[in-house]
Amino acid sequence: MSEPEAAPRQETAVTSDAIESPLLEVDGLRKEFGGVVAVDGATFSVAEGSLTGLIGPNGAGKSTTFNCITGIHEPTGGRVTFDGQDITGLAPYTLANRGLVRTFQIARELSEMTVLENVMLAPGGQVGESVLRSVTPGLRSEVIKAEAAVRDRAWETLEFFEIDHLAHENAGNLSGGQRKLLEMARVLMTDPEMILLDEPLAGVNPTLEEKLLERIHELRREQGLTFLLVEHDMDVIMNNCEHIIVMHQGSVLAEGDAETITSDERVLEAYLGGDV
Amino acid sequence: MSTVDTIRGRLDALPDVGLVVGFIGAIWAVMLVLAIAVGGANWANLAAGFVGSVTVLIGGYAILALALNLQWGYTGLFNIGIAGFMAVGAYTTAILTAPTDPAAGAVPGLGLPLWVGLIGGMVMAAIVGGLAALPALRLKADYLAIVTVAFSEIIRLIVNWDGLAEVSLFGVPVGTGGATGISFKSANDVASTLINGVGQPLVTAAEGVGVSGPNLANLTYGILLLLVVAASYWVLARITDSPFGRVLKAIREDETVTQSLGKDTRLFKIKTFMIGCALMGLAGVLFRGQAGYISPQQFRPTITFYVFAALIIGGSGSNTGSIVGAATFSGLLFYLPARLGENISLGGTRAPGNIVDAVAGFASLDPAPLLAYIISNVSTLRFVLIGVVLIYIIQNQPDGLLGHRNEPATSVSLDRPQSGSGGETDE
Amino acid sequence: MGIAEFARDGRVVVGERPGAAVVAAVGGFLLLDLVAKLAGTTVFFVGTKLLGGSLTVSSLLSMVVDGLLVGLAVGLAGIGLSMTYSILDFANFAHGDTVTVGAFLGWVAAYITAGLGTGAPIAELFMLNSGRQLSTVSTLAPVLLGLVVAGVGSIGIVLLIDRLTYRPMRDTDNISLLIASIGVALALRYLIAFVFGTETSGVASGGLRVTVFSMISVTDNEITLLVVSVLLMLGVHLLLQRTKLGKAMRAMADNEDLARVTGIPTERVIRLTWILGGGLAGIGGYLLVLESGTISFNFGWILLLLIFAAVIVGGIGSIYGAMAGGILIGLVDSLALIWLPSGLTRASAFLVLIVVLLLRPSGIFGGVSTA
Repeated sequence: MSEPEAAPRQETAVTSDAIESPLLEVDGLRKEFGGVVAVDGATFSVAEGSLTGLIGPNGAGKSTTFNCITGIHEPTGGRVTFDGQDITGLAPYTLANRGLVRTFQIARELSEMTVLENVMLAPGGQVGESVLRSVTPGLRSEVIKAEAAVRDRAWETLEFFEIDHLAHENAGNLSGGQRKLLEMARVLMTDPEMILLDEPLAGVNPTLEEKLLERIHELRREQGLTFLLVEHDMDVIMNNCEHIIVMHQGSVLAEGDAETITSDERVLEAYLGGDV
Repeated sequence: MSTVDTIRGRLDALPDVGLVVGFIGAIWAVMLVLAIAVGGANWANLAAGFVGSVTVLIGGYAILALALNLQWGYTGLFNIGIAGFMAVGAYTTAILTAPTDPAAGAVPGLGLPLWVGLIGGMVMAAIVGGLAALPALRLKADYLAIVTVAFSEIIRLIVNWDGLAEVSLFGVPVGTGGATGISFKSANDVASTLINGVGQPLVTAAEGVGVSGPNLANLTYGILLLLVVAASYWVLARITDSPFGRVLKAIREDETVTQSLGKDTRLFKIKTFMIGCALMGLAGVLFRGQAGYISPQQFRPTITFYVFAALIIGGSGSNTGSIVGAATFSGLLFYLPARLGENISLGGTRAPGNIVDAVAGFASLDPAPLLAYIISNVSTLRFVLIGVVLIYIIQNQPDGLLGHRNEPATSVSLDRPQSGSGGETDE
Repeated sequence: MGIAEFARDGRVVVGERPGAAVVAAVGGFLLLDLVAKLAGTTVFFVGTKLLGGSLTVSSLLSMVVDGLLVGLAVGLAGIGLSMTYSILDFANFAHGDTVTVGAFLGWVAAYITAGLGTGAPIAELFMLNSGRQLSTVSTLAPVLLGLVVAGVGSIGIVLLIDRLTYRPMRDTDNISLLIASIGVALALRYLIAFVFGTETSGVASGGLRVTVFSMISVTDNEITLLVVSVLLMLGVHLLLQRTKLGKAMRAMADNEDLARVTGIPTERVIRLTWILGGGLAGIGGYLLVLESGTISFNFGWILLLLIFAAVIVGGIGSIYGAMAGGILIGLVDSLALIWLPSGLTRASAFLVLIVVLLLRPSGIFGGVSTA
């Protein structure tokens, strides 16, 4: 088990160097639960402005890697660097405020709040998040002004994802696909630099899937956002990501563009060994 | 369509202020009718007494329910230590304002003015709430519940302890009074001063129809308490209808998501806990300490559960619902049954002293003794009723009367902006 | 070497688990103080009394016996709370009032049978206020009958309550269930008050006092409490280890979903949970009254927080933990008197509850959650 691992690690180092301006660097990331090792020395980088895919068979440690990067789990070892700064083990809210946000594998909408409220929650540093400003007469006018701006942006974002007709609906009443769109809209409102998408297309119908991917490309093009995408659908990954990282048994097995990956025997073996 | 749905439908059509005023007005009307029915010539005085007492209850429970709604209804913090935080506020106010030269046998205090005491009580309740919250807020809801109720009992046992009944603090004699309690500047005095000053013509008029001075003072106090409710509502509505309130709702729904959207949820939770506890502390002194006297007996955990009942009836998550629930609970479930039991007589059948005699009569086909026994024990049975209502609501109408209403947490209208800004996003 | 390692371990504990270190330090100090008190020495530090004082071995022993007895009954009652907490997944705030109901049913039965033929009016007997004090020695048969009625009666009541209240709510969240149980608690307590009034009645007092080891003095009623609780705890142990249903219960306490998939009949297990838990709660309440001598409509409610403390200290879901937790909390409640004024001993038991929940929510015997 440990033998095939040694080889790819070297190769990883080579490709990592090849990435010119990495926004996110993961170095030797390790996570244990009790005695079980879920992530075992994963090392990879994500270039600024790229759409990078993260794939691997079930149990390869993709979700745990996501959780360790975004502060939901504290890594047992290793280092995560974002924008040149060490962010290992920082709380999720700190990361979000620095521009690194994520969506969840199963969309986690705030179900008893309206779609608009969900989206309006997200922007960071809202003046009205101070109790004193919200209550004190005089100071509140500032809050109201800021709220109007947030509301206008929220409507625009909902229109961008074409769920504006659901604005006043409770988020819990949305369909699975609509929830995924809402999640995207919500993280976008935090003004991120980089978004980690955990299976954003699972349970989404083909039309909606097309729409979502279009939006992702548009955001890259126009706002220079960076995406790291975990997805089961190989076609989606191969057709959309210019850089692909393959994880297997907690560490990185291979990385490169779609052609490199599809021609890599170890990748094929890993997938055949698990469930295809 | 169930009756509850019909009631709800009608309630929805009313604006919030109208709803609250209508509810309290209706309860006053019920009291008035009862007073006229049983009071005879003395009806006016009896009505003033009934309405005054019920108003004080509504005021007290409304402040408490509003505070709990901020913590539980909005943020999902399951605090069942309300009684303890009330005690902290009430005792702090009492110690700050009790006279330095009290009557024989009573505990001296610092003799400060009432307003200083009220602020001090709120601040202390907030601090104690914050300290309790620091370690406890990461617990699961049901563990937080057990921690807070244990904490509130510890507070009660401490103020009950005779070791603190009278101590010397930096040379100044102060204390809790132990099990006997403590007397201090009564908030009621404010009401008395008010009616004896500017309200003198009112007193004369009231005495003209037979309303006694104490009853009028009590009624005035109840109305003052409603003003405090209005002020609390105003503050809380501004807190909840804001980005701050939005974060609180988000924490209730999913704390992990809220954190991953950049909110330091711990800080929000601690702030919320402190604000709620400050309000509970205020209610502790204004409600329980109305007469200028408090004792540990008044801060048993049962009152916590009454506040829960009030909020659940009204609808947790709604500020307006909190007040409506407090009015329904204290007016119809808590106060009315007791007065009915006192004032209904069963044509001369005296209530038997115990249930055996009551049932024995029933066995010989005479239901009168059992009925009389039930009526004379209505003030006990109303708690059974409260329990049953609580179960019914949680099973069938978990949103209470108003909790289903969507009250978006924002300070502006959420309609789509009219400018054409949105038009260009689609190609 | 050994000392160096010990010291290093100590530093690790202080560094990584400051809470545990504080608890250990406080515990160590109290132990040292206890030894000093028993030796009758006082240690002064810079003019103030640091620790010590005086305490006789016999008064310490009698405190231990008191704590043990109360702890056994609390542990007995705690088994049910622990089981419903883990199997039905909610904190049952009506459990204390189940204890009261069982005690009243049992004592009414015992009192009426003991009083039959004495000419006392039935109303007085039913209301438990004829003034007669029962004891195991003088009225063995009625006391035993009461014990059975307390168990059977409270089983009937909890099954009825489950049917009316909790069963329609099986799939609701645990906070709704908790709130429903608050409603049940209110209704039960004031129904008891409606029937029996709010006065405290004296119903039992020891008929015989024996001195053991020439130092500990116990009554026949206390011995009954001891014997019955130990026997019942043994019985529960056998039931859980030897019977199929018992094993299913343990499995469900561990993981309900898993149990459901593996085909364990959940409704049957839930019913058994109520039967065992309710019965033991009622008997626990009955025995507590036998020991303390008095009964009132809210004694179970007042006891509830102590039972919660026992269950949480022992680890929720662990039946043996509840028994051990009960004894521990009983001892804390009683032995706290060595260090604290009598008004604050109960507070110390609650403090233990809070500290355990904050530092080690799985209970101090945690790790082995069931069995």
